[in-house]
Amino acid sequence: MSDEHESRSGDRADASSGLSRRSFLRGGAAGALATGALLGTEPVRGAAQAGETGASFVGPGEVGIELRVNGAARQLRVEPRVTLLDALRDRLDVTGPKKVCDRATCGACTVLEDGRPIYACTRLAIEAEGREITTVEGLGNPDGLHPVQAAFVAHDAQQCGFCTPGFVVAATALLAEHPSPTHDQVVQALGGNLCRCGTYAGIRRVVHDPGRG
Amino acid sequence: MDAFAYARPRTVDEAVELLTVGDAAVLAGGTDLLSLLKDGVERPRRLVSLLAIPELRRIEEAPQGLVIGATATLAELRAHPRVVAEYPALAQAIDGVRAPQIRNMGTVGGDLLQRPRCWYYRSGFGLLAMRDGESMVVAGDNRYHAIFDDGPAHFVSASSLAPALVALGAKVRLRAGGEREVTLASLYRAPRRDGEREVDVEANEVMTAVVLPPVHGARSATYEVRERESLDWPLAAAAVVLWLRGGNVREARVVLGHVAPTPRNAAEAAAALVGGPLTEERAAAAGAAAVAGAKPLRHNAYKVQLASVAVKRAALRAAGTEV
Amino acid sequence: MADYSWPEPDSQGVLRKSYHRLDGAVKASGAAKYSSDENLPGMLHARVLTCPHAHARIERIDVEPARRMPGVRAVRVIQDAGSEVQWALDEIAVVAADTDEIARDAARAIVVEYQVLPHFVTEEDLAAAPDAKPGAEETVGDPDAGFAQAEVAIETRLGMPQIAHMCLEPHGQVAVWEGSELTVHISTQAVSTIPFQLAEPLGVPASSVRALCEYMGGGFGSKFGPERWGVEGARLAKDAGRPVKLFLERDQEVAVAGSRPSSFAKVRVGATSDGKLVAWESESWGSGGVPGTSAIPIPYVFTGIPHQRKKHVSVPTHMVGARAWRAPNHPQAAFVTMSALDDLAARLGMDPLELFRKNLDLAPESLRETYAEELEIAAELMRWKERWRPRGERQPGPVQRGLGLSIHTWGGRGHRSACEVTVQPDGSIEAKIGTQDLGTGTRTVIAMVLAETFGLEPHQVKVSVGDSRYPQSGPSGGSTTVGGVSAATRRGAQDALREVLAKVAPELGVTADQLEAVGGRVRVVGQASRSLSWREAAAKIGVVPITANGRNPGPPADLTNSGVGGVQMADVSVDLETGVVKINRLVAVQDCGLVINHKLAESQVFGGMIMGIGYALYEELVADPVTGRPLNANMELYKLASIADVGELQVHLMDTPRHQARGVIGIGEPPVISPGAAISNAVANAIGVRVPYLPITPRRVLDALAASSGKAS
Repeated sequence: MSDEHESRSGDRADASSGLSRRSFLRGGAAGALATGALLGTEPVRGAAQAGETGASFVGPGEVGIELRVNGAARQLRVEPRVTLLDALRDRLDVTGPKKVCDRATCGACTVLEDGRPIYACTRLAIEAEGREITTVEGLGNPDGLHPVQAAFVAHDAQQCGFCTPGFVVAATALLAEHPSPTHDQVVQALGGNLCRCGTYAGIRRVVHDPGRG
Repeated sequence: MDAFAYARPRTVDEAVELLTVGDAAVLAGGTDLLSLLKDGVERPRRLVSLLAIPELRRIEEAPQGLVIGATATLAELRAHPRVVAEYPALAQAIDGVRAPQIRNMGTVGGDLLQRPRCWYYRSGFGLLAMRDGESMVVAGDNRYHAIFDDGPAHFVSASSLAPALVALGAKVRLRAGGEREVTLASLYRAPRRDGEREVDVEANEVMTAVVLPPVHGARSATYEVRERESLDWPLAAAAVVLWLRGGNVREARVVLGHVAPTPRNAAEAAAALVGGPLTEERAAAAGAAAVAGAKPLRHNAYKVQLASVAVKRAALRAAGTEV
Repeated sequence: MADYSWPEPDSQGVLRKSYHRLDGAVKASGAAKYSSDENLPGMLHARVLTCPHAHARIERIDVEPARRMPGVRAVRVIQDAGSEVQWALDEIAVVAADTDEIARDAARAIVVEYQVLPHFVTEEDLAAAPDAKPGAEETVGDPDAGFAQAEVAIETRLGMPQIAHMCLEPHGQVAVWEGSELTVHISTQAVSTIPFQLAEPLGVPASSVRALCEYMGGGFGSKFGPERWGVEGARLAKDAGRPVKLFLERDQEVAVAGSRPSSFAKVRVGATSDGKLVAWESESWGSGGVPGTSAIPIPYVFTGIPHQRKKHVSVPTHMVGARAWRAPNHPQAAFVTMSALDDLAARLGMDPLELFRKNLDLAPESLRETYAEELEIAAELMRWKERWRPRGERQPGPVQRGLGLSIHTWGGRGHRSACEVTVQPDGSIEAKIGTQDLGTGTRTVIAMVLAETFGLEPHQVKVSVGDSRYPQSGPSGGSTTVGGVSAATRRGAQDALREVLAKVAPELGVTADQLEAVGGRVRVVGQASRSLSWREAAAKIGVVPITANGRNPGPPADLTNSGVGGVQMADVSVDLETGVVKINRLVAVQDCGLVINHKLAESQVFGGMIMGIGYALYEELVADPVTGRPLNANMELYKLASIADVGELQVHLMDTPRHQARGVIGIGEPPVISPGAAISNAVANAIGVRVPYLPITPRRVLDALAASSGKAS
């Protein structure tokens, strides 16, 4: 599997390397490292941190990256086009975040990036390097639920449960900022998440529950 | 989504250089670009990320006004005390983006340069969506399209912030070889032919900042009409800026959003607001003036009224009336 | 023969209490593995190439570019050259590859040449339909005489578009072969019937196919079959010799994986001047895509209108065939009927609540009493009598408020189901049942019935569902699951308990029928001191576990029943200047027989109301008249209601001894039936005119207002 993968990546990288190389020459960027990166063998993280080599293209073949997910450093190889969501679900088996609209609309893929909710379907994995990613799994587990997760259970704020991981993450961010949110704050915080089963009555009880946590 | 090469420059000059390679797109928050890539509407072979360029993220107070780095997020801009205090139209426009995920990811430059949501464009039929010499928009379902005749383009400008920023007199800085500063209003244009873009930005140009001039006590507001309270595209929007003296409107600016291929400056509406106190009648007259030249399509006549009401309510809100 | 019954209200230990759903913690923590979360070793990812045209003939297809791509492991042509494609986004070919990205690249690399053919997707315009299929006219009584007798009559034209199921978890499965044995991890509403449905096209014995579905992300009537992508996914896995994951992309999910037919009707209804309905006439039409659509049951609820004339026209379009959508045909029938009656009440200057009440004798006899009670309760909750104002009575300012109501009915009798209950000598208990939990709380209900029967708490028993190797249980459709699984579980549990009690009886010196299992103990009835703990009692069965098979035989059954009634009332605000409708409050009063778990039953009702608000105000599958393609096959412009849009929701369950005595009846579907009608009626009450089409968007409100002012001037 990986053999064909590499050769494929190499082929495609070569196709763009001519142009890129010209730009290095003209721009005077460090060519040696950049060429390695073009073949998809250099970790971008290193390149970006090195500063002067940030001005070079990597990919389109697989590149090594490191993500921090739920407190753990995870190394993986992805093409630059792979989204954070696909990296989490397909490469790291972190399947709490769900793939639903895949277009920054429904919120089922919501994760925290440095504490702020984002759509993982619309962040490239390579762009999430150096950020602290927290998924619903990172908030708690079935035997040790986060208070917001426990409130989702207590108020039956879930049915099929497919939107729930995204709502839990978005609600956690809301409640961290506003423990007793107003209606407007709830709209602003949860307006980017959708449910199909119709669990909003329960979710409202979660965010307005004075006993939570 | 086609495969692409990716670069994360640390300076604007590096970014420009990478873009100059060609067949490259600028990636900032990605909230629009990634959808375009996934839908195959855009297929660049290279992406140049701006998120690692520190200078683009800053929001600074300068003599010429508030200088907002192009990759400052909507959330960062919303949190800036001067935005809240002096530019309520802008704050309200950001509040109209009803998803924290978008406000945390989306950047000011990305909002201003996002591509239209026209469902023909997004289906791959091009910005003008012409087929056999006919506009698919005119022949098809145009419920969300433009109500002003700006030539062959019928999509609506999708930017949430542009109406407010144009009304507030914002300028933008762009850098390629050198840097230019132009009014935000002048950036937008209705394309006349296939392949022409809706913004006047060169392929290797990077928007570096939005400059928001001081408004010297002006009042302002944005009003959006939307189907849903949650994340949803406005059907019509208006931003109004008022300069009052002794209770009378001395000067006004009115800009419509989501009703034309560009944010639409409604000078007639502004004129209707000037000269007396901001009454409901005056605001309604401005609304009527704003849409006097509207030429709706088959399915979107309702948007004429919505635009008119948006102007009226934005004006009243700017003057401090609850709407 | 043993008899089976539910415990009397005063001896219920667990039933009717609001236990948390048992899988709540695994779902809320992201630990639940849905079918689409499976990541198996060596698993390939599959993507489907779809047709961009609504109607076209395939001239040529070349899959070689895909086959040649590194990382591609299997390619299948689904529709070959010469095939005629009948709807956009229909499946043409499918590719399995090492990664999802490669699979997408490969699907896009396939070359297809089409001859584009004419399409028709705008069935609202019946006259333009090229292939309309009129049904026979049906009459009841003498409609002409009926209308002659009517002192007041209204005519109206109403309609609602095709809408999508929009399951958040897309349709699909992971297929794994081990030799000639196939296992599918599938997102389904019908674990027990999947093996046979898959086996036939694959040419393998159904006994060699196993379907697993531990958790699934929504079905709403669209996930009964494996569908073509299920069959092709299994074939790809066979061809590649590796597990294959194939789940649909969102655009396919919206456009082809499930929709509800559109429905339009021209209605005339007549009444005497005191509001007694005497005559009904309707011409209805609609489309569920290629197959057209069947007639909707109108007049709805008020089926006894003495004189009726009805005609239905089925209109095929170039859209995918519809699937059962939560309460098939009922929301359409309720909207058409209740809107027409509301217009009639307005014409009569009558409160519609009075008109509905006055005509309850035209509803099925078994429901009249329930409706009368429910109308009373709903009116009380809504403060209808104080707050209702005649249609169109304007308040100052642009925002007008209005009230509306609707009533509905549904069956909901338990389906055929089996359940295997095993009691181990250590007292542990497991129920195995080939059902699935769609998020309705099926697992929790089974656990509660088990626990109730054995005198334990739900967390002390084990429930295993979601595997076709477990005893068969019917598909989760028609609100039949709760009745089916609870009846089968109760029977199996009662049988198993009787066996345990027979072993324990000698120990306590009584006969088995003198024993009961209550509060974690087995005791002599009436003598709490003569008892054993459940664990001690179970130890008496020896080393061989006791297994009993409960079976809900289908009708007539003793533990489940059919036929419920519900009433909903809406309070809305409409902005006359923008046409924006806001739900202030929606009240649902619902009968569902014996309520097993109040919280979960209420969740079902909330869910139905919210889904109903969605189709009342926002949802529409927009087909492009130019290309025939859906224009909003996404979640951005196919609009679901959000948490900000649903107003205050209130649920009242008719949990009286009379209703409980009927046994368990499903509640998944009834609450979704009335919101469209109740909200439409409330909007008409607020603004003075009917907005004839759903969803009630600003465009439709402003158009209706403009049309009425045009008429007036």
